[in-house]
Amino acid sequence: MNAHLLILLPFAGAIAAAVWPGDRTRPWLLPAVGLVHLVLSCWLLVDPPPVEPGAWFAYDDLARAVLPAVSLLFLACATYGISYLRIRAERPNRVFVAALLGVLGLLSAGHQSRHLGVLWITTEGVTLAAVPLLHFNNTPRAFEATWKYLLIGGSGIAFSLLGSFCLGYASIHGGGSGDLTFHALAAQGAGLSRPWVLIAWVLLLVGYGTKMGLAPMHTWKPDAYGEAPGIIGAMLAGGVTTVAFTAVLRVRAVVDAAGAGDVASRTLLGLGLFSMLVAALLLLATRDFKRMLAYSSVEHMGILVIGASFGAAGTGAALFHVWSNSLTKGALFLSAGNIRRAAGARTMDEVRGMTSITPQSAAIFVTGMFAVTACPPFGPFFSELRVLRAGLEAGHGAAVGLLLGGLLLVFFGLTRLVFAIVDGRPRVVSTASVKRYPETASVILPPLVLLALSLWLGLATPPVLQQAWSAAVQSLFPGS
Amino acid sequence: MNSTLNLLIGLAMGLNLLALGSSRLPSVIRAMAVQGVVLGMLPVVITREFHWPVALVALVTMGVKGFGIPALLRRAMRAANIEREIEPFIGFVPSLLLGAIGTIAAVAVAQRLPLLPEHAGTLLVPGALATIFTGFVLLVGRVKAISQVCGYLIMENGIYLFGMLLLHSTPLLVESGILLDLTVGVFVIGIIVDRIQRAFDSLDTRKLTVLRE
Amino acid sequence: MSTLLDILLRLTLWILLAPLLPGIINQVKAWVAGRRGPPVLQLYYDLSRLWRKSVVMSTLASPGFVAGPAVAWVALVGAAILLPIGPFGGGLSFKGDVILLVYLLAVARFCTTWAAMETGSAFEGMGAAREVSYAVLTEAALITAILALSVESGSVALDRMLALSAGTGAVLLAAGLFAVLLAENCRVPFDDPNTHLELTMIHEVMVLDHSGPPLAVILHGAALKLLLFAVLLSEAVLPMGRMSPLAATAALVGAVGAVTIGVGLVESLLARFAFRRVPLLLTIAFLLCLFALLLAWKGGPA
Repeated sequence: MNAHLLILLPFAGAIAAAVWPGDRTRPWLLPAVGLVHLVLSCWLLVDPPPVEPGAWFAYDDLARAVLPAVSLLFLACATYGISYLRIRAERPNRVFVAALLGVLGLLSAGHQSRHLGVLWITTEGVTLAAVPLLHFNNTPRAFEATWKYLLIGGSGIAFSLLGSFCLGYASIHGGGSGDLTFHALAAQGAGLSRPWVLIAWVLLLVGYGTKMGLAPMHTWKPDAYGEAPGIIGAMLAGGVTTVAFTAVLRVRAVVDAAGAGDVASRTLLGLGLFSMLVAALLLLATRDFKRMLAYSSVEHMGILVIGASFGAAGTGAALFHVWSNSLTKGALFLSAGNIRRAAGARTMDEVRGMTSITPQSAAIFVTGMFAVTACPPFGPFFSELRVLRAGLEAGHGAAVGLLLGGLLLVFFGLTRLVFAIVDGRPRVVSTASVKRYPETASVILPPLVLLALSLWLGLATPPVLQQAWSAAVQSLFPGS
Repeated sequence: MNSTLNLLIGLAMGLNLLALGSSRLPSVIRAMAVQGVVLGMLPVVITREFHWPVALVALVTMGVKGFGIPALLRRAMRAANIEREIEPFIGFVPSLLLGAIGTIAAVAVAQRLPLLPEHAGTLLVPGALATIFTGFVLLVGRVKAISQVCGYLIMENGIYLFGMLLLHSTPLLVESGILLDLTVGVFVIGIIVDRIQRAFDSLDTRKLTVLRE
Repeated sequence: MSTLLDILLRLTLWILLAPLLPGIINQVKAWVAGRRGPPVLQLYYDLSRLWRKSVVMSTLASPGFVAGPAVAWVALVGAAILLPIGPFGGGLSFKGDVILLVYLLAVARFCTTWAAMETGSAFEGMGAAREVSYAVLTEAALITAILALSVESGSVALDRMLALSAGTGAVLLAAGLFAVLLAENCRVPFDDPNTHLELTMIHEVMVLDHSGPPLAVILHGAALKLLLFAVLLSEAVLPMGRMSPLAATAALVGAVGAVTIGVGLVESLLARFAFRRVPLLLTIAFLLCLFALLLAWKGGPA
């Protein structure tokens, strides 16, 4: 019941937001729902409910291993959102708040979907619900970004639907009854028609990979992250990509059961390394720090699927990385939002010397940058270390070498851009024309807390999380 | 039953080529709408016997794909005052030839795929593949936002056609969820098209070039 | 001896009946527009009038100016003799005669364009250029259609190819061949046979400088070509071989009449297409024939 509450509560919040009369008080719904959601999901994390195998929605091991991270991220973004929406009081926020809560509800549903069709419906729903959030700024650039997001995201959705049908047909062709829950599909195992499973795998990987933002389907990402408000960027990078990743993991488990696990691993590894490399090269070229975050997200999605390709141990590491990536990326997006608003610009050509304009945000941004490039002792360092170790244990020396090289390039790219922004003397124009942006606690605390959580995750990973991750791996790789 | 089915799907495949070859936006929309109606009839043809839920889904599909969405697009077209002639990014003759090659390839590929005996004699799989391919060509080959939307919808028609393979096993709930998502998607697209029109004073997606590396 | 008589009889039939078709088309157009059109036999009068006139020749023109139309006409008559008439078969029938037919049509086209270029006028040269550039596309469609028939019947002799119907792809083939007919004979929507002023015309511009008997020959050749394609289209679609001779003859006459009226209706109801859209239409015709070929090949949808 509590598991269903996780889905229903945000929807109730969304409806409440849609009818709530006051623009000033409406944003408080965000943290209120976020808090209850977090409490619920943490409660379920500590005390996992029994899961009925044939259920369409359930707080199963995989949802348990990932969803609380989304919850945490949402609460931080929601808290930040109150002051953000106060600053942007000139824009009506009814649709924004309702859609954001809708996204949370659909994300909860997506993480908990155990049925192929339902999973597709929820991920598609997330894509659509995010559209009003993306063009909140109402600028031509925002519409351009939204259009590209819709077109590319829509094609991705179409591919994943086709892939879902193919997987369904694989089951029917193999004599299955047409039960499309992942449990039933995995149980059919080798009975699935192999050619159809392979076609389905490719299509689903392309479809959900588009949603994750894996190269070469990543092109919507920089535009969308660059033009959307910071909290939306954080939710997309930490929440929406995560649900797509769990979708890939669930499908992969079925493909594994059908005896095509090697193919799946190879394609994941190739796609992951390619994403890593593309992101690293683009990071060396970009001059816009919000687009930089998008490419960094592409890179981390690459790391996730590389981890997933390294078998059970790698998948466990990838689940760890989901957490560290979500939290750290959240801190980066929120502090970048502060810097962006204070500077009034987004490229390293226009923005300089942010340490003297917004010292606290700049400090969080730099620290977050070190965290996200896997400097110890933050979460990403440990999770990526685990990925590397899993790779070496699985005998993928060359891939690990490429991964390390990519990480080095990413480090160069990020430091180049970040220090160009925070260092130096503030531009005369920007200090004179832009009024000083007050760094109130409401805009500093959320990213700071996220960063602290990332640090905590690295230094002292709670045993309950370790246990949740290994349980999820156990459910995905029942043989190992 | 198979001959009716094949006739309908063959009609849908012909409409693909029509959509690729027409240079006027209203005729593309019409081709898409007729295709939607034709595909909407399929569930009833496939199940043979009359079931209420199936008939209802068929009716709703026909209504949405054949009338609702096209009406929406026509309204957007009128509101945005778009020139009716489409300027293609891939010319009409090349896109027609591409569509023909795609259709032939779809038939060839479908013959190699392992199919259940009841599907082997039908055009379901080749029709689906050809329609998806057509949609894709329209999606990348046209510059006006509404033509791209048409391409996207034709692609969805193709996927719907593929979904007919699973008609006997997929619960109708899922089908209707998919349909609902589609409808919402098109509404959202329609709104964005409207906004793009207002922001850029045009629906030429070639103007959307500010964001790039 | 009887073969010779047979051929002579066919010749007379083809030559005498051909000018009837444009007359019928004009009558249909007049009927749709609510006018009283020219008499059905108008072309006969025109031809006899032209035949009596003298020839005006450019000083630049070589004898090819007169020889071109003559050769073209002879080629078309030859093609007509090859084409079987319903149950009576072809005047000359041998394996591969269909290829000769295609080549005779090409020779006729070549000669018309050659004669057009003889005047040295840029205007006529332009018409010739358009004629051949469209011909590239129509010939592709025509040859594909012939291939479809050939695959369907398993033969390369015209009388066997045309005896059966085109099978499952008959509708596609009929539509494709009809478009080819319209394009080859410069009818609407590809060209407008009535205009003499537009810069966009094709066939008429080529014969602008011809006069007297050569023009008569050209006009008669054009009518012959129209009849030829109408017969080809009817026989390709109708299952002639399965009917009794009488029924087949009646069906053929009826079908040719239907095609002619169809051309007239198309001409009344459609406007001439913009010049740059013509290739698109021809591509569609080609694709129709191509799909008919594929259907014939795979024996229906697999």
